[in-house]
Order: sequence, then structure tokens, then C-alpha cells
Amino acid sequence: MRRQKPEDKRQKAENGKGQKIGFFLPTFLLFTVSDAHAMHISEGILPFQWALFWSLVAVPFVLYGLYKLKKISSIDLSFKPLVGLMAAVVFIISCMPIPVPTAGTCSHPCGTGISGILVGPAISILITAVALLIQALFLAHGGLSTWGADIVSMGVMGSFAGFLTFRALRTMKINVSIAGFAAGLLADWATYITTSAELASGIKGDSPFSPLFWKILIAFIPTQLPLGILEGAMTAGMVTLLYKKRPDLLVKMHVIKPGEVTI
Amino acid sequence: MKTQESDVRRQKNKYRIRVVLVCVLFSVLCSLAAFGSEKWSGVDESVVEKFAKEHGREAREPLINTDQGDLLLFVFLIAGAIGGFIAGYSWRKLIEQRQDDRTTDENHALSKTTKG
Repeated sequence: MRRQKPEDKRQKAENGKGQKIGFFLPTFLLFTVSDAHAMHISEGILPFQWALFWSLVAVPFVLYGLYKLKKISSIDLSFKPLVGLMAAVVFIISCMPIPVPTAGTCSHPCGTGISGILVGPAISILITAVALLIQALFLAHGGLSTWGADIVSMGVMGSFAGFLTFRALRTMKINVSIAGFAAGLLADWATYITTSAELASGIKGDSPFSPLFWKILIAFIPTQLPLGILEGAMTAGMVTLLYKKRPDLLVKMHVIKPGEVTI
Repeated sequence: MKTQESDVRRQKNKYRIRVVLVCVLFSVLCSLAAFGSEKWSGVDESVVEKFAKEHGREAREPLINTDQGDLLLFVFLIAGAIGGFIAGYSWRKLIEQRQDDRTTDENHALSKTTKG
């Protein structure tokens, strides 16, 4: 019985930490969310044919995400809280304007890097689609006609960039935190590169695509360069936190290998 | 040995404090410069809508326009509260799951030892 005491203490301490995070996370998020302006392409910016094109591109990804979510949650119920957490994180992070002092503008991270790593790109795209729909409907943020384009840039490109970067670095046996940082960074930058391409292709008219694309991308750089670094740090922090708290869950999601769990 | 270790720690702490101070100073200076030149507009205004306008496309009013007076602040606050609640609730569930798993594992181990 005496031997169990340090174990109990450790459990209590872990429980306390979890509760503290459970309290501070919603409080922090409550006070950080306000009117955001960033990668979302507003209603009416894209011509009809381009809006339709991006919507058609997004549809199969969203449907596949729905199929994957149904399949996984029917097998494993413990997956649901993680999806809930990721949905809330993507929704709130993509509404959170962060001032970038070096540029004098505001923009927001995307959160699709972390969701791509933890729940896989397919479900991450579905989560993003729902978040973007709520934002377009009720928060005057993005648009219904540009919903498909926003799903492709933030959901598809962000999730896949984060997921693939993380997996590639992990196969090279790079530390979880560093891989998480690179995944978050590249997910953010991939989103804005795609937004630049979508915008340039939609508004170029008769003028050539390439110069306009580079012009838009360069205009994004002063804000998104530091913000991408911040998103990388956030992603690394969240992956590391889950690695410490729920390594079993990361094993289940194939984020880490069973042999890496020391507990 | 202990004094050497503590000296190394002190030096490291001093170095860290200096790095933090330099970062704070740099960001304060940059903030002041930014305040002087521009307002804190979002990149969708300063980049997306700006380029779109230059090429003859302008943003339309959203289907449900909540961008009226303080209504948008209210909607964002509600969205933040709900999102924050879901995030906190899900996080707690994840942690509780882990503890439940541990206790069931311990019970299994205990029953095995009593049987043995």
C-alpha cells in the first residue's frame, strides 16, 4: 500500500494539471476570439465559375472526411473527444486575430496543421469545412460562394501540408516537437500560398496569372511569415502536451510508434 | 560540484533574461512603429480585398449580415464561449479517459496478483 502513494500523488498532480488546463483553455479562448480578417476570401470576390470550380474540388474531400469520421467513431468511441477538441481549436484559432507588429496588420493562424496531425487530413478537412460554414453564416467571415475555395486553401492544403510534413520528419526520426513546429509552419504557409493562387486565378481577367500571384503572395509575407512561426510554436506545444498526457492516443492515431511510449 | 552547477544555472538564467528583454524591447519598438504608420487592419482587407478591388471585384454583403454595430462582437463572444466550452470539455474527457484506462489496468493487475 505504501508503494502506491507516490503513484497516487502523481495521478493527483496530473489530474490537477488537466483540470487547470480544462479551465484556462476555454477562458483563454473566450477572451481571444473577436472579429478576424485573414485568409478567408469574402463573399463575391471570386467570379461564379471559379467559386463553382473550387467547390467541386472541395466536395470529394469533405465527403471522404465524413466517411472516415463515421468509420473510425463506430469502431472507437474514445476518438470523439479528440475530434471535438480539434473542431473547437480549428474554429476558434481561425477566428483569432493576432496583431503582427512588424507588419502593422492582423491575421490568424489556421489550426489545420495540428488537426491534420492528430485526426488525419480527411477528418481535419471536414472539421475545417464545418468551422468555415459557421463563420460564413453567422460571423460575416468568408462567404458561402467562396466556401469551397476557403475549404481547399485552409482545409485541404493546410491539413495535408501539416500531416505530410509531420510524417516525413518523423520517419527521419526527428523529435516530436520539432516535427510539430515544422508541420504547423508549413500548414500555415501552404494555406496562404493557395489563397494567393485562388485569388490570382479568380481576379486576373485577361492579365497573366504568375505576376499577380507573386504580387499577392509577397503582400502576405510580412504578416504570414511571423504568424507561421507562431502557428508552428502552437502546433509543437499542443503535440508535445498530448505526447506527455495521452501518448496512448497518439499511438492509436499512428502519430507515434508504440515503442516510443515510455509510460 | 554543486556550486559549479548553480553557477552554470545562474549564467544560463541571466542569458535567458537578456534574450527575453531583447525580444520584448524589439516587439515594443516594432509595435510603436506600426501604431505610427497603420491601423491594425486584417490581411483580407489589406491584401485580398485590395487586390480584388484593383481588378474590378468587390466583396458583397454576407447572406446573414451580423457586421452591424456591436452585433458582430456579440456573435463572436457567443461563438468563443461555445467553442471554448467544447474545447475545455473535450480536453477534460481526454484526460479522464486516460485515468479510467489506468485504473482498469491497475484493477486487472490487482486481480491477477490476488488470484496468483
